[in-house]
Amino acid sequence: MALVLVVWQVLVWAKVTDSYKLPAPSAVWDEVSEAWRQGTFLEYIWTSVSRGLLGFLMALVIGTPLGLLVARVKFVRAAIGPILSGLQSLPSVAWVPPAVLWLGLNDSMMYAVILLGAVPSIANGLVSGVDQVPPLYLRAGRTLGATGLRGTWHIVIPAALPGYLAGLKQGWAFSWRSLMAAEIIASSPDLGIGLGQLLENGRTANSMSMVFLAILLILIVGIAIDLLIFSPLERRVLRSRGLLVTH
Amino acid sequence: MATALAKAADATTSVEYAARIEHVSKSFTTPAGRQLVLDDITLDVAPGEFVTLLGASGCGKSTLLNLVAGLDQPSAGGISTDGRPALMFQEHALFPWLTAGKNIELALKLRGVAKAERRTKAEELLALVRLEGAYGKRVHELSGGMRQRVALARALAQDSKLLLMDEPFAALDAITRDVLHDELTRIWRETSVSVLFVTHNVREAVRLAERVVLLSSRPGRIAHEWTVDIPQPRRIEDSAVAELSVEITEQLRGEIRRHGQH
Ligand SMILES: Nc1ncnc2c1ncn2[C@@H]1O[C@H](COP(=O)(O)OP(=O)(O)OP(=O)(O)O)[C@@H](O)[C@H]1O
Ligand SMILES: [Mg+2]
Repeated sequence: MALVLVVWQVLVWAKVTDSYKLPAPSAVWDEVSEAWRQGTFLEYIWTSVSRGLLGFLMALVIGTPLGLLVARVKFVRAAIGPILSGLQSLPSVAWVPPAVLWLGLNDSMMYAVILLGAVPSIANGLVSGVDQVPPLYLRAGRTLGATGLRGTWHIVIPAALPGYLAGLKQGWAFSWRSLMAAEIIASSPDLGIGLGQLLENGRTANSMSMVFLAILLILIVGIAIDLLIFSPLERRVLRSRGLLVTH
Repeated sequence: MATALAKAADATTSVEYAARIEHVSKSFTTPAGRQLVLDDITLDVAPGEFVTLLGASGCGKSTLLNLVAGLDQPSAGGISTDGRPALMFQEHALFPWLTAGKNIELALKLRGVAKAERRTKAEELLALVRLEGAYGKRVHELSGGMRQRVALARALAQDSKLLLMDEPFAALDAITRDVLHDELTRIWRETSVSVLFVTHNVREAVRLAERVVLLSSRPGRIAHEWTVDIPQPRRIEDSAVAELSVEITEQLRGEIRRHGQH
């Protein structure tokens, strides 16, 4: 972080390019304090974060049963398994134009884009988690009488948890990216200003420092949620199973 | 022997066997073609009886145990058991997301034991395998021998009439194995459980069993049977155990020689 700042400042001093293309860190800082004074700073962040987390939760609620069905029911897997993994490689920004046409410029369009981006990764994470459950656990479960739904609940889901969590982590990354794409492309006054709109506003206002601020915040929020929520969760699960080497 | 007879008379079930294996054959389809692994196996395990199944590596012991456990279907013949048997795998097969105690409680829960009783029962079972205090331990925090004991406790938690054991002590050192032999014999004599125990260790087979069944290789057939009437408690170094082991080893060697070339 400090290194980035130093390099940045040196580049500015060296006048590598015009200052409107590369604003000084201090200019970006001024932008922060300005937004802070107007009380809009936290509002920008909160608009995006609340959308992102709510969208992610919806993706979780849809993606989990979907993943279980694909993993456990043969014909469901044959029918939608390939679509699901195909969707995962489609950049979710591609969903923004159709979502705008279908739903208009509103919050539901944002959520639709998040869902289309995150549901496939959550479901696929669960599917690969289930596929990697050692057969020994399934057989041990069967001899204990855990078959059918009881087998799914007591054996398959806990055994697949590490893969599922990896899917959730990726699902969050996809949610966040999709949301930013949606906010940048589809800005409208009644949508409230999130970080994506902030970036777009910076571009239209030709304010490079605002653009930089927006990019930094998008990066920081994405990483912070991962560090605060998903990484500790994953570490806890792995440690409790003795799968994490602690020094 | 007397105890075993008393136990057999005790068992007042309507079925006169813990497991009945009748003319069972099993073949697998492999890229190289159809491979007959088990050929016309007929074997009864009486209620309360301790039978060891002995055979060279790859002769089909695990295959037979899986069939009896209902994890796989025979290609021909029939298997009936008195209730669902408990199976103890060669690897401990404990669930790493649960503590030792919770592993046992899951078995209790799945057989319908009320929630209020589970904790006490699990502690009792842990005490039975001499693992008091291991209740809250994670699987990876236990030693190999402790894991096998928890696995044994979990299998006992199923309260099955028949306990199937697939080389459960093969990976342990001689001393730990010896201790576990004693425990297993004690538990078997204290309960009315029947045991079908797979091993390729002749001395272990003789040390534990009332009856030793020798399986030949390729395909697996019942080659020979011995009744072991050395009184329990036995020790693995007893001269009577050693004597019978020599005889059985001779026979086993013959089987391996006869079927070993391929
Ligand atoms: N699912 C399977 N598909 C194909 N062949 C199999 C399968 N399971 C077992 N076999 C074959 O059946 C034979 C017997 O295997 P099994 O595991 O029962 O041997 P085992 O007597 O338990 O040996 P060990 O003492 O080494 O455990 C082997 O030749 C093995 O290759
Ligand atoms: Mg085996």
